[in-house]
Amino acid sequence: MTTQVTPGPSRVHVRTTINGNSHEFLVPPYMSLLDTLREIVGLTGTKEGCLDGNCGACTVSLDGRIVDSCLVLGAEIDGKSVETVEGMATSEGLHPLQQAFLEEAALQCGICTPGFLVAAKGLLDNEPAPDEHRIRHWLAGNLCRCTGYDKIVRAVQKASAEMA
Amino acid sequence: MVATFEPKSEYKVIGTRPIRHDGLDKVTGRAIYGADIKLPNMIWGTVLRSPHAHARIKSVDTSAAEAMDGVHAVVVNADLPKAENKMVDLGEGATNLKWAVDNILASDKVLYAGHAIAGVAAVDRYTAEEAARAIKVEYEVLPSATNVDDTIASDMPAILEEFVGSPGAEESGHANHVKEFVHEFGDPDEAFGGADHVIEAEFSLEMVHQGYIEPHNATAVWDEDGRLKIWTSTQGAFTVRQQVAAVLQMSESKIRVTPLEIGGGFGGKIPIYLEPVAAALSRKAGNVPVKMIMERRSVFEGSGPAAGGKINLKLGATKDGKLVAADSTLRMEAGAYPGSLVGASGMCIYACYNIPNMRITGYDVLVNKPKVAAYRAPGSPQVAFAIETLVDDLCEQAGFDKWQFRRDNAAKEGTRRGDGPIFPRIGMEEVLDAAKETDHWNSDIGEASPGRVRGRGFASGYWFNVGLQSSVNLSLNDDGTVELVEGSTDIGGTRASIAMQAAETLGITAEDVNPTVVDTDTVGFTAVTGGSRVTYATGYAAYNAAIEMIDKLKVRASRLWSIDEDDVQFEDGVFSSKSDPELSIGFKDLAGKLGDTGGPVTSTGSVDLEAAGGAYGTHICDLEIDPETGKTDVVRYTIVQDAGRAIHPSYVEGQMQGGAAQGIGWALNEEYYMSDDGVMANSSYLDYRMPTSLDLPSIETVIVEVPNPVHPYGVRGVGEVPIVPPVPAVGNAIKDAIGIRLREAPMNAGRIVAALDS
Ligand code: FES
Ligand code: FES
Repeated sequence: MTTQVTPGPSRVHVRTTINGNSHEFLVPPYMSLLDTLREIVGLTGTKEGCLDGNCGACTVSLDGRIVDSCLVLGAEIDGKSVETVEGMATSEGLHPLQQAFLEEAALQCGICTPGFLVAAKGLLDNEPAPDEHRIRHWLAGNLCRCTGYDKIVRAVQKASAEMA
Repeated sequence: MVATFEPKSEYKVIGTRPIRHDGLDKVTGRAIYGADIKLPNMIWGTVLRSPHAHARIKSVDTSAAEAMDGVHAVVVNADLPKAENKMVDLGEGATNLKWAVDNILASDKVLYAGHAIAGVAAVDRYTAEEAARAIKVEYEVLPSATNVDDTIASDMPAILEEFVGSPGAEESGHANHVKEFVHEFGDPDEAFGGADHVIEAEFSLEMVHQGYIEPHNATAVWDEDGRLKIWTSTQGAFTVRQQVAAVLQMSESKIRVTPLEIGGGFGGKIPIYLEPVAAALSRKAGNVPVKMIMERRSVFEGSGPAAGGKINLKLGATKDGKLVAADSTLRMEAGAYPGSLVGASGMCIYACYNIPNMRITGYDVLVNKPKVAAYRAPGSPQVAFAIETLVDDLCEQAGFDKWQFRRDNAAKEGTRRGDGPIFPRIGMEEVLDAAKETDHWNSDIGEASPGRVRGRGFASGYWFNVGLQSSVNLSLNDDGTVELVEGSTDIGGTRASIAMQAAETLGITAEDVNPTVVDTDTVGFTAVTGGSRVTYATGYAAYNAAIEMIDKLKVRASRLWSIDEDDVQFEDGVFSSKSDPELSIGFKDLAGKLGDTGGPVTSTGSVDLEAAGGAYGTHICDLEIDPETGKTDVVRYTIVQDAGRAIHPSYVEGQMQGGAAQGIGWALNEEYYMSDDGVMANSSYLDYRMPTSLDLPSIETVIVEVPNPVHPYGVRGVGEVPIVPPVPAVGNAIKDAIGIRLREAPMNAGRIVAALDS
């Protein structure tokens, strides 16, 4: 019988905050934050598209900064705070961006949606009233192959108006 | 006899924009896509792929990989059932079983860089990848070719031995050049002789990829009783079942395929790649679940792209602007196995026009690149590039107005399509008329930024839209809501468009219908989500199921009132007696009385439909070019398209915009850039460079509605035609901007600068 334990170097101890909750776990030193969230923490809302930082499907917020979680190691989030799509809705309901994405039909297959939502939130948190060009510029690191972006941009504009 | 329907102008649910039923799950991260599944004892698989474009496999040594800590199983072609060299039908037309299996795991030869050779399962993905690297393969490298000219060079060996000496190869002169068909009508040679204006040109396009953001994935496990369970992201769970059954040589009923949410497909998630490998690994590892996710590079190198190729086209017109003759030769890349979809190219090339004398010769060309798959209106964008470009050039040469010429020669009801069928009611003329009425058409092109130039172009396109089989089950809850069970995987809002058709028929709201996509054990056969068919065909099945439910409820109402069944009528959500105006009950109230009238009410609907009749679109493109660098920015873009009837207009617009965005990428930038030794040199998103939000303007949409007479709500299908016009629309705009005609796609910065320099 082969082992069920991942071979290789010993695990790194991580204590972190994810969507406001404390987490503590051991992670292989080479494991990406994306896989850490999906495989160890069990949050699969953050998606894999390319694993090389070029699609943005894996976008999360790390201490308030937008990052591609496939390019960050799980071990790096020790002592830091991570926000994922699962943390956007509260007991009050959906985040205005989530509501606007639904109303504006800003998703087709939806695989890019978590990344776009987290990235757009990162924009609106810092710049509440971006114009269309700024939105397109900010979101250029997130690929969507289904929508042609039009409805995504409109949804972000709508959420921004609603949050004003 | 096909039933026909009178379109209504007003509906209660159809044409509205409710929030899609799966929306909440998809904006909160709760939706379970193929890669998200986790099963007890699950391990991870990966695939070793060929670095060579064409090579004989001399030996594969898996011992070092098998000996590694954490590795559970390694499989190669020999671990799959031995495949006979015979033709089988895998739901997408006939194919050779050995080729189908060899494309999953290569046996004697690798035919493209990226061709799968072995599968590895290990405790996690990282270990599996390490182990795959430890597999030793000895190759005898063979000459390779990655385009339609090089592959028929005399020193290029046959990619598939089976075509050596085949009738098609004999005629074309090379085993890699498989002739498919000649369609001929009228007398093209004589018509060219009598034409006042004759124009001809060669067009070439590179292979492109569908580019869905979610990589292929599959999870498989065997039950102890020999049943195989598969979870995957697919356009068609039943198609996966059919293909896996053929490859593993087992009965379809022994396989259950559960379609998880799918992150884009565009035709590329109809074929199977990983499923049989995951199954073989699961068996060898002791029937534990094996999950596999394809890396992005392998998605480019190993999963189905769209054909590049060369198109020679000749058109002839009279001096009063009548298109009288057309002749074309299509040489389309199939990849390493036959199936370039050149047949569809032949159906589409002349489909916008009424041309009385025509010929189309189609070749399927084998090259050392991955086997092509469908990509949104497969085969049509390539030929649209040729004809919509040459029509523009013909108009310029002869002094015809480009719109008027197209309008005068437009295909309409009764026109014969190039490959034979006669068009039913279609909307080409209406689309051209609507394009001329758009704000875009009637607005000035605007000032270019300093040092830059602007141009405008337009082009049209056609796609035939398939019908095929679909099944829907309905069950009525006692609060009057309805559970809808369907087999069409939802890639872009089709749960909503199907539920809305059921709701319209039943006289309830879209929210009152709860659609669920289920596995192959749970609903009747349903063909792929593809061919723009789901809203048309599965929507039709939902309509049939709803009609059956109404009929059953009429019986219940008659029991309630102790009147004759025939005395009950249903209109606007209300059952009433034809003879006694006092007797009436709403759909929801009656649903609350099922227990008193005979128990639960369920119904089913199934269809097997002819093609939907076809859809047309016309796109208008304004762009701005920097002549120094060749950089091209699309500054304004408008799509006009006949949807038949838009069930949920937001998602119709979304299909139009998304298709156009892909087409713009195809026109300007996307390509398989092959190195001299046949390896894709740009197999990452960074280098393949699909359009980003910053590359595109807001895309304007105009939905034209020429109802399809053979659908209860007039649906034609909308998903594919929007990718057809962009390549020529962009090309025509480039011509307008710089005065030079480009006939090679992509029309990228390098080609524009080179054209301006020469
Ligand atoms: S998966 Fe991280 S950027 Fe694509
Ligand atoms: S909705 Fe499919 S990739 Fe964006």
